[in-house]
Amino acid sequence: MTEEKRPILELRGITKRFPGVVANAGVDLALYPGEVLALLGENGAGKSTLMNILIGLYRQDEGEIYLRGEPVEIRSPRDSDALGIGMVHQNFMLVPTMTVAENVILGLQDLSFVPKMDEVVARINEISERYNLQVDPYASIWQLSVGEQQRVEILKLIYRGAEVLILDEPTAVLTPQESEELARVLQVMTSEGKSAIFITHKMDEVLSFSNWVQVLQHGKSIAVKKTAETNAQELARLMVGREVLFRLDKAPATPGDVLLEMRDVHALDDKGLPALRGISLQIRGGEILGIAGVAGNGQRQLSEAVTGLRTVTAGEVLINGQPMTNRSPLEIIQAGVSHIPADRVGVGAVGDMAVSDNLAMKGYRNAPMSRKGILYPPRILEFAKKMIASFQIATPTPKTHIKFLSGGNIQKAILAREIDACAGVLVAVYPSRGLDVGATEAVRKRLLKQRAQGSAVLLISEDLEELLTISDKVAVLFDGEVMGVLPSEEAQIATLGLMMAGSRLSQIV
Amino acid sequence: MIALFTSVLAITLRAGTSLIYATVGEIYTERSGILNLGLEGVMLMGAVLSFATAYYTGSAWLGVLVALLVGALLAAIHAFLTVTMRANQVVSGLSITLFGSGLASFLGQRLGPESNGYYLVGKVGPRFTPYVVPFLSDIPVVGALFKQDILTYLLYILIPLAWFYLYKTRNGLNLRAVGENPQTADAMGIDVIRVRYLYTILGGMLVSLGGAHLSLAYTPGWSENITGGRGWIVIALVIFAMWNPARAVLGAILFGGINAVQFRLQAAGTNIPSAFLNMLPYLATIGILIVMTWWETLSKRIGAPAALGTAYMREEK
Repeated sequence: MTEEKRPILELRGITKRFPGVVANAGVDLALYPGEVLALLGENGAGKSTLMNILIGLYRQDEGEIYLRGEPVEIRSPRDSDALGIGMVHQNFMLVPTMTVAENVILGLQDLSFVPKMDEVVARINEISERYNLQVDPYASIWQLSVGEQQRVEILKLIYRGAEVLILDEPTAVLTPQESEELARVLQVMTSEGKSAIFITHKMDEVLSFSNWVQVLQHGKSIAVKKTAETNAQELARLMVGREVLFRLDKAPATPGDVLLEMRDVHALDDKGLPALRGISLQIRGGEILGIAGVAGNGQRQLSEAVTGLRTVTAGEVLINGQPMTNRSPLEIIQAGVSHIPADRVGVGAVGDMAVSDNLAMKGYRNAPMSRKGILYPPRILEFAKKMIASFQIATPTPKTHIKFLSGGNIQKAILAREIDACAGVLVAVYPSRGLDVGATEAVRKRLLKQRAQGSAVLLISEDLEELLTISDKVAVLFDGEVMGVLPSEEAQIATLGLMMAGSRLSQIV
Repeated sequence: MIALFTSVLAITLRAGTSLIYATVGEIYTERSGILNLGLEGVMLMGAVLSFATAYYTGSAWLGVLVALLVGALLAAIHAFLTVTMRANQVVSGLSITLFGSGLASFLGQRLGPESNGYYLVGKVGPRFTPYVVPFLSDIPVVGALFKQDILTYLLYILIPLAWFYLYKTRNGLNLRAVGENPQTADAMGIDVIRVRYLYTILGGMLVSLGGAHLSLAYTPGWSENITGGRGWIVIALVIFAMWNPARAVLGAILFGGINAVQFRLQAAGTNIPSAFLNMLPYLATIGILIVMTWWETLSKRIGAPAALGTAYMREEK
């Protein structure tokens, strides 16, 4: 059936080079009307670059793009907009201070000089009705949740008449329920003849959302498969180039002394409202405590309270038995706490500094990297090369600015720095978020290695499967309180789900 | 008492006019994400060249035209350096101020008539004199609005227009998006480079016009440092206005008012040293900056365009 259809969009031989990297090497791609193509590949495989070429943010060095059989030139997003190609970027293209309606009409060519906002709003409401994309047109973007913002992005593309939608890891920021809603929206769109390219790492989504799967590896297209004729194992192998362990070997826990303890900790969020309300937790050496919960229930504040980045308004934090409440981040680092923050490029690394300098950012205070306040660059480089080798960080040179690395490699660099400096307590916040199968596996193995070496690991994650496979105990956060702590082998998804919705463990059992 | 208040208000408006032009101009520039600290230099250049033009041609309007051209040219240099070359906006702006003030001072000593040793200082040229609107100007308080020169009257149209354009039109929407989030604006098909050039130049023209109002109307003639640091005060006024052209009026009137009161006090011969009175507008600038920053922190409202001061480059990861 599909073989008889003509592709709505075709890419032929797309090549794109960046300084030191070939991001795409002769990629072909075909998308058929009313279908969804899943684009699969590890971080840095060149998926985002390919899509950015398609919408005119980058320009290909070689190759052609055909739309409905006609060759097209896409020089800027204005061109792709006019051709009916739209993209939902990973970091949303929305102006936070403006309203939904203003964002929807932003930059439109056929808009009247003084836009009639009531007509715009009426059309927005019509589209939200038809595609089940509920959103208040008058709300400012900054007031919306991430899921709502994504709805605005999709609505915006439909409003602008997009026939081809590109979704770059759309579910990475969504709850399971929101992902299901997105699937329904996609169904309505494809039933109307629109088509979509769907970038993701998650196998179950590939299998349930798409008609075709295309796998990219190191900038090359290595396989195109009908979704119905493939399976998760085969796709994972194609993506990484080897068999992937879906189960990790975990040695039995050998708990030591309590290395991190929180006693009735309270803290406020950025708006000055209570975010932590009496958190009491203990983590022993050689133990991983997982924190589950729907995003925004105090996870970030919890990690910041431990690492000295947020003021604790009441209660105590003890590290290695020593009271460390509201000490400076430096004192806490010196007490042996390492931190893998949620925001990799904002908090975890300095984008415009070399990989080697980013790696040295913790050890630079001491010999051998510095003496009496003077840095020794050769030692820093030596250290960086050692870390790059042992953590398999893919970087053109140690001197490359870290922002040019893919998300997975930036995370590996942060992990390398933090684990090397770790002396007891490791706080890991969403350590595998947005990473591909290979990088995720590497991150999890490292966390388990830390555990085996006797560190206390505080793991905050939104991936329940991850929490259950690698942590020893799971605590559930809801509205700034711990709903209960239970050993992960006894934890059932259903129980955790109830706790995440606000039931205490004592009420359930 | 009401008569006194009306007359102080009239002087306030006159003193505030140049500030309003410059503030609205800088607001438009900053809304596109470009910080132009060259205002002081641009205002001085606008003042000296508009006066020289008016002096030789006998037409104050030609002076205005030249001021607009000079403002556009200097702002275009800033735009080229910061938008195309992606130079540091603070450094570029400061060099425009240094260049503009130096050149204006130099021109003031060279463009004058031979009889005056080529100095412009002390020469009298055509000027915009206040035009008193019959009847309307007799109304208490409000009457102050109708005893002004033509450039002030123009403001009554410009301010609502500037506000409407920024908040209610397609172009204003695109402009705000560029200053808030150039990546998004670009992805939405807005030409970020074009918008930044356009409004940096437009802003420079209005700033220069502010300078021209000083030498053609408020304190007619040329004198060294005729702006008295107004270019710097405007930078604070933009913050005070929270990047809203309508609120620019409030700030300008406040500062114009301080100026007017200070003149009145000096004329009345108080015991307060004149140096102290002269200092008042600048003291108020510092005060306003402190209060506004405090208020912004308190209300969690940040008025500054989010991308202010940052260069934009597309093909970057």
